[in-house]
Amino acid sequence: MLSRHADNLYWLARYVERAENTARLIEAATRLSATPVPGSDGRNEWEMAVDGTGTLANFREAYDSPTPRNVIDHLVVSAANPSSIRSCLDVARTNARSVRTALTMDMWETINSGWMETRSVTTANLTRQELSDYLAKVKEISLRFDGSAYRTMLRNDAYYFLRLGTYIERADFTARVLALKAHVLDPKRPSSGGSFDYFQWSWILRSVSALTSYHWVYRDNLKPNLVAEFLILRAEMPRSLVSCYENVSLFLDSLSRDYGRQGPSQRQARTMLSQLQGTTLDELFGVGLGTYLDGFMADNANLGGMIADQYLG
Amino acid sequence: MPAFDEMHGTEGAIRSAYRTIKSWLDASDPDNLKQLQKEAEFLFRRVGITFAVYGDAEAEERIIPFDIVPRVLMNSEWTLLNRGLTQRVTALNRFLADVYGAGDIVRAGIVPEDLVYQNPSFRPEMVGVKLPSDVYVQIAGIDVVRVDDKDFYVLEDNARTPSGVSYMLENRDVQMRLFPDLFAETRIQPVENYPDELLASLMSLAPKSAPKDPTVVLMTPGPLNSAYYEHSFLADKLGVELVEGRDLFVLDDVVYMRTTHGPQRVDVIYRRIDDDFIDPMVFRPDSVLGVPGLVSAYRAGNVTLANAIGTGVADDKAIYTYMPDIVKFYLGEEPILKNVPTWRCREPDALKYVLEHLPELVVKEVAGSGGYGMLVGPKSTREQIETFRRKLESHPDGFIAQPTLALSTSPTFVKEGVAPRHVDLRPFVLTGADKVRIVPGGLTRVALKEGSLVVNSSQGGGTKDTWVIADPTEDATAGAPHSAPSQSQSQG
Repeated sequence: MLSRHADNLYWLARYVERAENTARLIEAATRLSATPVPGSDGRNEWEMAVDGTGTLANFREAYDSPTPRNVIDHLVVSAANPSSIRSCLDVARTNARSVRTALTMDMWETINSGWMETRSVTTANLTRQELSDYLAKVKEISLRFDGSAYRTMLRNDAYYFLRLGTYIERADFTARVLALKAHVLDPKRPSSGGSFDYFQWSWILRSVSALTSYHWVYRDNLKPNLVAEFLILRAEMPRSLVSCYENVSLFLDSLSRDYGRQGPSQRQARTMLSQLQGTTLDELFGVGLGTYLDGFMADNANLGGMIADQYLG
Repeated sequence: MPAFDEMHGTEGAIRSAYRTIKSWLDASDPDNLKQLQKEAEFLFRRVGITFAVYGDAEAEERIIPFDIVPRVLMNSEWTLLNRGLTQRVTALNRFLADVYGAGDIVRAGIVPEDLVYQNPSFRPEMVGVKLPSDVYVQIAGIDVVRVDDKDFYVLEDNARTPSGVSYMLENRDVQMRLFPDLFAETRIQPVENYPDELLASLMSLAPKSAPKDPTVVLMTPGPLNSAYYEHSFLADKLGVELVEGRDLFVLDDVVYMRTTHGPQRVDVIYRRIDDDFIDPMVFRPDSVLGVPGLVSAYRAGNVTLANAIGTGVADDKAIYTYMPDIVKFYLGEEPILKNVPTWRCREPDALKYVLEHLPELVVKEVAGSGGYGMLVGPKSTREQIETFRRKLESHPDGFIAQPTLALSTSPTFVKEGVAPRHVDLRPFVLTGADKVRIVPGGLTRVALKEGSLVVNSSQGGGTKDTWVIADPTEDATAGAPHSAPSQSQSQG
């Protein structure tokens, strides 16, 4: 396929995934803001949401304080923030238009009608209900897009590039949310006790929609080391780093099989996957969770660059 | 003189072509029609059938209004049109091969030399280039109108990059989705095979050096182009890559596209980008939309362009006036489709007449298109007419004038209900190495404003599904039960 189309598909998937992740972060913040949090660490839940999208520096330049209104403006409607939901859906639709021929009608209609339906929201001045409806809509776009790709696309290179975008973006997001809270997950850290820690841990899980599944897997209360294990090492958790990399590696291998050629990105993905599969929680805490996650995010970004060099140039 | 109405005819009896439509409209509740009209609009928007209006940043994307009342032609009418269109496009191709070759028609004194060789659309780069089967215009859009129930007039030949065929296809789709019952009652000739016919035409004209299964691509200026939707729609239906200039490169006079597994050779380019932008090394050097070296590869015979470079010399409004002579010169036949009588303002007598009769004429810029740069005398204010008069006096060569035609009307669903509105028709004529292919029908454009004669989408026009149906005499099941014999007789 055309390199430019592959590039558009890859980024289309990333931006759809990013819009959904941002919606989940805002939902988690809304939820946390409704609970009393004793012993706060000085950062409110809204600022955490901004940090989860990796745009805190931009935010601080543009706004004086992390009020709910400012954060929603920044994360939902701001045109100045390239990662706001609105910007993500704009880019997604532009890319979808450019690769219209590589998408199925169901996928295109999901993006196009979703873009039209969410465009009417242009202000952060939303009631709780309006915000909640909006976020539900954004998640629905992502789910429908994902589902229609799964159900209607040919299994060829177009599909593989699309999926690579999804999983690279998802791995980045999971790692970023964990890294934000690496300090409260460290088992050597003296527990501040009480509900403060609990809310931090549950915030992490909620941000990646993993609170319920955590309970099904562990049948236990929230424990910081288990939260980390769940989101990094458990393959059955579809947002864990290891699960993302099983998929990244799978789709890169599918590409190399179809094209009859391997390259640096296949080798890099396989190395990262075997590291994730071969490591233990103790080893991760040994090097320090924050250090480990920073390294992972750098490797993940690096792999994105390798894919671009190998196929999208 | 009142315009010819395609439903009511001149004697007020319902013409047989429109009997089904008439009984359907009579039986329909206007509120329900309004609802369905809205639904149609929603469908178009959701699918993304939009176009951009240049210079209108507010409305970046609009849909062309779709009218839910189909426009109907009978087989016998279509047969005539089909013959006339084939004849005309065949002559256009012969003309182009001649003016870029021997130049017989100029030497014979049929068409003035300067109109051809000084024409801004004449491309000296094409002189002496041999094209597969001498086909220059693979895809033509011929704008046809009627003023009575006999003759068809050609208003304009579009031989560069005619657009609108996606609307022909989507209109049929939406019409069938919204009014399935209407289709159960009538046998309508299908249009959905257009992409197959197009692909067959394009592949038949691949260069000799191409493999048996040539690679065809559709080249677009990009998503910002007003017809981008159509480009992506057609590429999808054809099953070919939709490329932009930056996806292609030329090496040793061969065109390649950049793919995820390396360069792939391209044999046929259905290009929807103007000559000026196609190759910055030959035409506009500031164009970033084109491909450096493309013209060189083309001249070397390693790639086919559809349409060819330089076809604009055949479709400008000055050459148009010579079309009847062009048909006779090459084919030795009388033209089946008529030309609208035209005054060439470059001729002093004609100019004098035009200046004296401006309020009753339509004056068009020779190089204009899309309904821009024209004066519709009877619909213009005194001030507009005077402004145009000055333009005409200072630059008479740039204009032609025609009588204001009473374009036929077809029933159209507008705010006030169902009312007659003026229509034209753009059939799409495909020329391959083997034959000319025309899908029955085409795109009907309708001027939605009462009395307006300008059907262009950029000027408030809409479109209709266009039916070619069996004549009632051919097919007993198509006649409405209450049809009186006198009515069908009046149709001939």
